[in-house]
Amino acid sequence: MNDLMNPGQAPKISRRKFLVGGAAAGSGLVLGFHLPFGIGSAAAQGAAADAEVNIWVVVKPDDTCVIRIARAEMGQGTLTGLAQLVAEELECDWKKVSTEQITAGQNLARKRAWGVMSTAGSRGIRESQDYVRRGGAAARMMLLQAAANEWGVPVGELRVANGVITHSGSGRSTSYGKVAGAAAKLTPPDPKSIQLKAVKDWKIAGKGLRRLDTADKLNGAKVYAIDLKMPGMLHATVKDCPVYGGKLLSFDESKVIGMPGVKRVMKINDSTVAVVADTWWRAKKALDALPIVWDEGPHAKVNSASIAKHLESGLTSSDAFADIDTGDAPKAIAASAKKIEAVYSVPFTSHTTMEPMNCTVKLSPDKSEIWIPTQNAEASLAALSSSSGQPLEKCEVYVMDLGGGFGRRIGNQDVVRQGVAIAKAFPGIPVKMVWSREEDQAHDFYRPIAQARMAAGVDDKGNLTGLHIRVSGQSINAFANPAAIKDGKDRRQLQGLWPQPHDAQFGYTHANLRTEYAMRNTHLPVGPWRGVNTNQNGIFSECFMDEVAKLAGRDPLEFRRALMSERPKHLGVLNAAAEKAGWGKPLPKGVFRGIAQFMGYGSYSAAVAEVSVSAKGEVKVHRCVFALDCGNVVNPDQTAAQIEGSVAYGMTTLQSEISVANGRIVETNFHNFRVMKIAEMPKVEVILPVTGDFWGGVGEPTICVVVPAILNAIHAATGKPVRSLPLSKQGLTLV
Amino acid sequence: MAQLNINGRNYEVNVEADTPLLWAIREQVGLTGTKYGCGVAQCGACSIHLNGEVVRSCALPVAAIKPGDRITTIEGLSKDSSHPVQKAWAAIDVPQCGYCQSGQIMAAVALLAKKPKPTDKDIDEAMTNICRCGTYHRIRAAVHMAAGGKFAAAVTADQQNA
Repeated sequence: MNDLMNPGQAPKISRRKFLVGGAAAGSGLVLGFHLPFGIGSAAAQGAAADAEVNIWVVVKPDDTCVIRIARAEMGQGTLTGLAQLVAEELECDWKKVSTEQITAGQNLARKRAWGVMSTAGSRGIRESQDYVRRGGAAARMMLLQAAANEWGVPVGELRVANGVITHSGSGRSTSYGKVAGAAAKLTPPDPKSIQLKAVKDWKIAGKGLRRLDTADKLNGAKVYAIDLKMPGMLHATVKDCPVYGGKLLSFDESKVIGMPGVKRVMKINDSTVAVVADTWWRAKKALDALPIVWDEGPHAKVNSASIAKHLESGLTSSDAFADIDTGDAPKAIAASAKKIEAVYSVPFTSHTTMEPMNCTVKLSPDKSEIWIPTQNAEASLAALSSSSGQPLEKCEVYVMDLGGGFGRRIGNQDVVRQGVAIAKAFPGIPVKMVWSREEDQAHDFYRPIAQARMAAGVDDKGNLTGLHIRVSGQSINAFANPAAIKDGKDRRQLQGLWPQPHDAQFGYTHANLRTEYAMRNTHLPVGPWRGVNTNQNGIFSECFMDEVAKLAGRDPLEFRRALMSERPKHLGVLNAAAEKAGWGKPLPKGVFRGIAQFMGYGSYSAAVAEVSVSAKGEVKVHRCVFALDCGNVVNPDQTAAQIEGSVAYGMTTLQSEISVANGRIVETNFHNFRVMKIAEMPKVEVILPVTGDFWGGVGEPTICVVVPAILNAIHAATGKPVRSLPLSKQGLTLV
Repeated sequence: MAQLNINGRNYEVNVEADTPLLWAIREQVGLTGTKYGCGVAQCGACSIHLNGEVVRSCALPVAAIKPGDRITTIEGLSKDSSHPVQKAWAAIDVPQCGYCQSGQIMAAVALLAKKPKPTDKDIDEAMTNICRCGTYHRIRAAVHMAAGGKFAAAVTADQQNA
């Protein structure tokens, strides 16, 4: 954790706040924005001198630089990283930086000037770094030109540092706040004239600076969407049919309508009932007391065992397609001196964000507004428009920082549609809808369930003769985006096993290699979950690789290296993690190592885990060492934080699953969906052996090596491979 | 109707007796730093101090609050985020999304009040709050950091406040 040893070097942020209201109010006049909270303020009137130099940079008279952020902040630190990139090129004073979240309506009104707002796929930094840096550089050039014009000197004679412009010839100096008004009136520079700094010259970007958004998270001041208060606001909560595909038949409103504060009990779609009250607790209590009759529909008898059987049929079926198909893997394996075959299975799991699903909707005759923690504000805007019936231009989405995202709040805007359906009954009144935790667990878009049949052979010298991977499982695209499936081949489910470079390339090459996918869908909705399909594919690939190495009588690290000569970046992180972890060196008695490497989101990850397993089957993960090559690092401390977080998010899947009985989700709350706690958290060490020649993601890449590294250490400790999760299926528990 | 003393101020709240303290604090008093996470005292997002002891307010009915009970929420921990736990949390940049951190901080303050120099095992046993972002690694470091600072004085202040 890079900067933890010298936190005194970090800039003080206590006096600076993440400005939602204030900064937006200032720019509100400049841009004619609607204020985020729909409140005109005196501050807005007094801030007329704030200058929008360009869409990314607003400078206040006191030299504060407000940097606009288009991506969502859900804890992953993108807000701070993007601000660092803009500030680096802007040459402003980092102590005087604040940020402002743009709205979907603002982006629409300015023809998507801020580009993509979706925050998913670890793309927040890597896919906007170029244009936000250019935005910072262009603003700097305009501010310098404004000073040059004022002084009548060539702009090339000016210098700038920390937002102070100087002209050494005349000894004059000024600051960004003083020239911003004039700069804002200048023609922006020709994009071809913008030269970005070399990464080696960075002073703000690339440093482990403190986050800009921490202060309000320490004292209760931060307003999440669930915390919004508005005059006259009503509160709602919902219950959707607990069996997917079922319908709401009837409910007995008379039993609850007289309860304190209850305003309305209403059917909001085919399968969902809502209670609206003057407080959320009263709505929740009435909903719990409401007699409801469901038509459970065609899936009421589905359970985890029947789903597993359905997936098993895909392990040997003829309906699969091959993606990598080099040589003849099945034939080579059959002819081998030694061979091994194994079936792996990974269950569904849930996102379980700490802030439950919620939104606040206000529908007025001339405007539809929503306040929502969303990973995709533009998708929320489209859903708001289609469900409210108002054109996009009359809709607005206020992006609230998310209390966790992990992929739950991206594509399917179920929450928007529900919130709008309720608010339609209360025109002009803001209605906040909040799901209970039980509703959140029961109506997620789960990480897809998957199985794999793995087969390999080795020759009498211990060399791999062939590798054959058959994945069978549910398809995210089939549920969420069928158009992405070309020619019936859903390649997305083989993420991390792809032959193509740059994104999620398989780390091994061999003369006889085949990867296949057979689609086996279930009635449960599925969606992206931090790391998406690299999670299960990383387990299949990396745990089986240890099984094959064992069959070959070789060290798992050395066995991998022999297959990676054509994958230098994969090999680079594998070697870096192994070296940092002291692979091959003695360990305390009873402690064993496991190693894994995999690729996702344009970045290369490897991990070594140190684990002990007691006679009672208690698994203790002592230490995890990671190497991540994401090309360029904008904030090494926040990159480390994301890796630490991926450990906890990944390790929860060792002890919990989402299972199905009678068509319903069994794990209804934290008592039976056990989330990992601090006691189970290992030491985490991170090295970033970045190569600097590309931009990869950070939030998701490492999660796919967390679980396989730990499972391989368990295998080393017990002599038995772990082929299915959670660990309870092997009589193991995480401690 | 219930009388609540929160952060040194008295509030009269008009709620049914079975209303969880969490919802009285959030919806009647209007202090939203204390969070809803599960409603069944499992996750700890709703942690507050009741007479200096950490409790999970989502499963504690208002009727259980006695006259004279002193409730402290995250908003009442310090006037200016100067509590050593808050300072340690800031120095290490503990929060990611931040949603659970009010509860984490309240749990840490209560732990340090009882054990000014907690061991890792003490932390494991006392800090059972859930964080989905996985900030556990830094929570542990921050608790130790707070314990190494001028913590004793601040605990006294907190207890007085509570």
